[in-house]
Amino acid sequence: MDMKTIYLAIVLAPLAGAVIAGLSGRAIGRAGAHWVTIIGVGVSTVLSLYAYKRMMLDGGPVFNETIYRWLSTGSLTLEVGFLVDPLSVTMMAVVSFVSWLIHIYTIGYMHDDPGYQRFFSFISLFTFSMLMLVMANNFLQLFFGWEGVGLVSYLLIGFWFKRESAIFAGLKAFLVNRVGDFGFLIGIAAILMYFGDLGYSSVFQQAPSMAGETISILDGTEWSLMSFICICLFIGAMGKSAQVPLHVWLPDSMEGPTPISALIHAATMVTAGIFMVARMSPLYELSETALSLMLVIGAVTAFFMGVLGLVQNDIKRVVAYSTLSQLGYMTVALGASAYAAAIFHLVTHAFFKALLFLAAGSVIIALHHEQDMRRMGGVYRYMPITWFTCLIASLASIGFPGFAGFYSKDSIIEAVHHSQLWGADFAYVAVLSCVLITALYSFRMFFMTFHGRERMDTETWKHLHESPAVVTVPLAVLAVPSLVIGAMLVGPMLFEGYYQSAIYVAPQHDVLAQIGAGYHGVLGFTLHAFGSAPVYLALAGVGLAWLGYIKYPDIPGKLAERFSLPYTILMRKYGFDELYQWLFAGGARGTGRLLWQVGDEQVIDGALVNGTAAGVRWLSGLVRTLQSGYLYDYAFAMIIGLLLLLALFLRQFF
Amino acid sequence: MGTSLPLLSLLVWVPVLGGVTLLWLGDARAPAVRRLALAVSIVTFALSLVAYREFQLDTYEMQLQEFSVWIPAFNINYHLGIDGIALPLILLTTFMTVLVVIAGWDVEQRPSQYLAAFLILEGLMNGVFASVDAILFYFFWEAMLIPMFLIIGVWGGPRRVYATIKFFLYTFLGSVFMLVALLYLYGQAGSFNILDLHRLPLPLLAQELIFVAFLLAFSVKVPMWPVHTWLPDAHVEAPTGGSVILAAILLKMGGYGFLRFSLPIAPDASVALANLMIVLSLIAIAYIGFVALVQLDMKKLIAYSSISHMGFVTLGFFIGVPALLATGRPDAGVMGLEGGMMQMISHGFISGALFLCVGVMYDRVHSREIADYGGVANTMPKFAALMMLFAMANSGLPGTSGFVGEFLVILASFQLSPWIAFGAATILILGAAYTLWMYKRVVFGDVANDAVAALQDVNAREFVFLALLAVAVLAFGLWPAPIFDVMHPTMEHLFEQVTISKVGG
Repeated sequence: MDMKTIYLAIVLAPLAGAVIAGLSGRAIGRAGAHWVTIIGVGVSTVLSLYAYKRMMLDGGPVFNETIYRWLSTGSLTLEVGFLVDPLSVTMMAVVSFVSWLIHIYTIGYMHDDPGYQRFFSFISLFTFSMLMLVMANNFLQLFFGWEGVGLVSYLLIGFWFKRESAIFAGLKAFLVNRVGDFGFLIGIAAILMYFGDLGYSSVFQQAPSMAGETISILDGTEWSLMSFICICLFIGAMGKSAQVPLHVWLPDSMEGPTPISALIHAATMVTAGIFMVARMSPLYELSETALSLMLVIGAVTAFFMGVLGLVQNDIKRVVAYSTLSQLGYMTVALGASAYAAAIFHLVTHAFFKALLFLAAGSVIIALHHEQDMRRMGGVYRYMPITWFTCLIASLASIGFPGFAGFYSKDSIIEAVHHSQLWGADFAYVAVLSCVLITALYSFRMFFMTFHGRERMDTETWKHLHESPAVVTVPLAVLAVPSLVIGAMLVGPMLFEGYYQSAIYVAPQHDVLAQIGAGYHGVLGFTLHAFGSAPVYLALAGVGLAWLGYIKYPDIPGKLAERFSLPYTILMRKYGFDELYQWLFAGGARGTGRLLWQVGDEQVIDGALVNGTAAGVRWLSGLVRTLQSGYLYDYAFAMIIGLLLLLALFLRQFF
Repeated sequence: MGTSLPLLSLLVWVPVLGGVTLLWLGDARAPAVRRLALAVSIVTFALSLVAYREFQLDTYEMQLQEFSVWIPAFNINYHLGIDGIALPLILLTTFMTVLVVIAGWDVEQRPSQYLAAFLILEGLMNGVFASVDAILFYFFWEAMLIPMFLIIGVWGGPRRVYATIKFFLYTFLGSVFMLVALLYLYGQAGSFNILDLHRLPLPLLAQELIFVAFLLAFSVKVPMWPVHTWLPDAHVEAPTGGSVILAAILLKMGGYGFLRFSLPIAPDASVALANLMIVLSLIAIAYIGFVALVQLDMKKLIAYSSISHMGFVTLGFFIGVPALLATGRPDAGVMGLEGGMMQMISHGFISGALFLCVGVMYDRVHSREIADYGGVANTMPKFAALMMLFAMANSGLPGTSGFVGEFLVILASFQLSPWIAFGAATILILGAAYTLWMYKRVVFGDVANDAVAALQDVNAREFVFLALLAVAVLAFGLWPAPIFDVMHPTMEHLFEQVTISKVGG
């Protein structure tokens, strides 16, 4: 088999699964639906891993080919094609592998749901869209995957379509993402105008010569073209990767069933924006403005969304805010030109965050769909596997030395520390202090869920037991990479030219090279951490969580009472939702009503159309008086007419 | 190559004669009437496919031409021919008519006349697209109003008389100015052959007057803001099939007119007045998008959505030359024209599909009010899935045909000014907002009332027409190249015509 066939199969196998499960769900039954989709995504996974091995271990060539011509118009030909290089092959392996595990887990989680087949169809379609996105070799297909992912996330969040909150959250997610896509599309339009093409290779090749170009948006002010394009594309990434102020959809997306939360958050949708920026590194390197913007936005997201994680009581929401915060870290890394570190964190985060979600889901099933941590506690006695894997995930996510998240997060913090860009100082302070917060909310969740007094009702408590194998096996499988993948990849991925030409970093921005100069193997990197602040901040966070939720569990309540104003602000999520609801949703409806009832009905139909009718009536009234039947009226009209004709006739002679 | 069949005449007269036969058979033989109507519409669709097979992709010249002298005294001829603009629209017409006949299977009231009206309308619409002679065009253009007038007036809702008269007056008034312009052009050229008119040199003032006269005729059809208010009324009162044809084909007459008459006959005026057209298009896209958001009646909402989407058609058509003048690059010209044309085809499928969806629900609940629904997905899952696809297509999701035209027009308009692209791209947010919000209130949620609880999912017949449209929407979204290959030579030629001044030539 040649590689083209393999890459096609990677993309089409999940699509085929989705179509079969979606269209003939009734015919093939529940088991049929899960088999066909699991086999489809399984094929993708195996082939992606094979492609990964071929490229990364055997040094196979980069693949960049057209599959078919989408359309030609004028001098422009738009095509669908694949670019498989170290960056995309890494994403393919992560995306398909994590999706595959989630498919298997879903058998257990969705066991009793009437929409079982539909669910499998959606998650396979999601995998397909995401693979199309990461494998694209041009902006058109990128946008296709981009929006496809948005569509399926909309369907998945609103999966339980009888619930008002779920369908509202789905609509909200789609529309907020559309705001991002607005910017993204404008960015694509600018690229087409100045580069004359939408293929990556041609755009990246021309990019350096475009560094000095300007674009005039407002009269008289010239903007750097690259900054304009990069910021527009980043607005798209802000939507998909939920950066402030387009983050509001992500916490609400918890309305979907848990595996989706895992899929959307961990491996796929939210990382699309991060991946996209890394993919566009040849463009972003030409705009320090865009890099600085990403530093600031990422830092704000990491810190402020992490803080919100401290006050949530719904276990899934804690994990959601943790995701937002981690995405902020990735964005900061992008801003510091440490693209490799961003992708590295994306990979480690994919595993430990999927694990965290699935572990949370496992607890939720055991407690009969209870998500409020105030009604959990002491679960570790009954669910040892879930407890242990969740501990691994938590340690990985706080960046405890040795665990996966440690390597990626520490390299981001170091990278920001080295960055000379405007905003880097602020970002450094934010990501550093966020380490403490991460540890605090992660272990607050861990302690509230698994330790302390059992606070669930007795009926639930009596039946509490470990989840079945379809749930625990994926947990165990994910626990392994959450433990080791950081140590395995830190050297190769950050410092040993892993991405080859897939990521371009300008020499003056290359912070990873500076860190790399002092890199002497995994062990050194790990030990070095004990001489720096993050580890102690993380430990302090765990300690605080232990004090507040195990040792003195009444402290948090008292603090909330004491500082009721800040607490309320946090509980209201800084008021973004209320503001947007009032300003955008309300404003748009108000504008619509105004234009409809005043513009269309009163002015156009009322004044113009009916006014014309009235005008005609008036005019005909006038004409009627002319036709009075009196001879002198007609004579008068004839005289006027004659005079006019005479005047016209005489004009010729003067 | 080549068949000796007069394909275009067949495309016009087979459905017309078929319609007359239906009238002759009468309602007493309703089952036979239905089968015959379906057969005629399928044969006509097949004929249009033959025309597609015969069509040469490498020329902009009129093809499959037919010519016979009609009124020699005024040099008026029965002259038919198609190019890359006409063919896709004819294919759309014949395809949609098949669906409308299937959708009208259960009409109880005067079924033979109902189906006959659609078949006759189909022939006349094909005539509009295939006419090379301006008077022949005008004949079909006006004749077409009659069956549509009857469809709304006889099979329409309670306020059908008001809607019919508003529809008729608007479109008829506009057309009168077009006739005046055509007569003037005949006076100058001595010919009604549209291709001769394309070559006729004209001073700028004359061009501008002609352009305005055509604009009055075509803008009403599109419809453009502010002459759009007849459309929501007409849609609300029209029966399902009438709405489908109105949205899918009749609205395209305006766009077709711009391509066939305004742009090539008055190119200098088209450039001089392009800013007006661009502003009106943007108003249609954004203003109407907001209006659509707050509609309470599903048909009104889709009607407003149509106006907003048709804004892309006019925007695409008139963006090219100003962009050429601004940047010195011709890229935007053909892209805008082809994007606008693609938008017309795609909007035909999508708006037709959405009106059919409303029709399916209306047949069961007898209401078009959004508030009377809720939770339809519970009782009609297949229907909900299909309508989701069409809602997404209406929101311009990539992979559906709705994306292609809008994407190209936004790309093209950026070349003139980023601000125009900003304005046009608001549809990304507004289109999704009004479509999906409606979908949410109608289809999602718990079962809202007894009527929804009693709903039956789509039957085989309904499934067929919705599924066919679903296939079309997806096929042309994933692979739009065939449509572009058909229209490309014609559009390139047209853009060349627009860029060459006719003043003093």
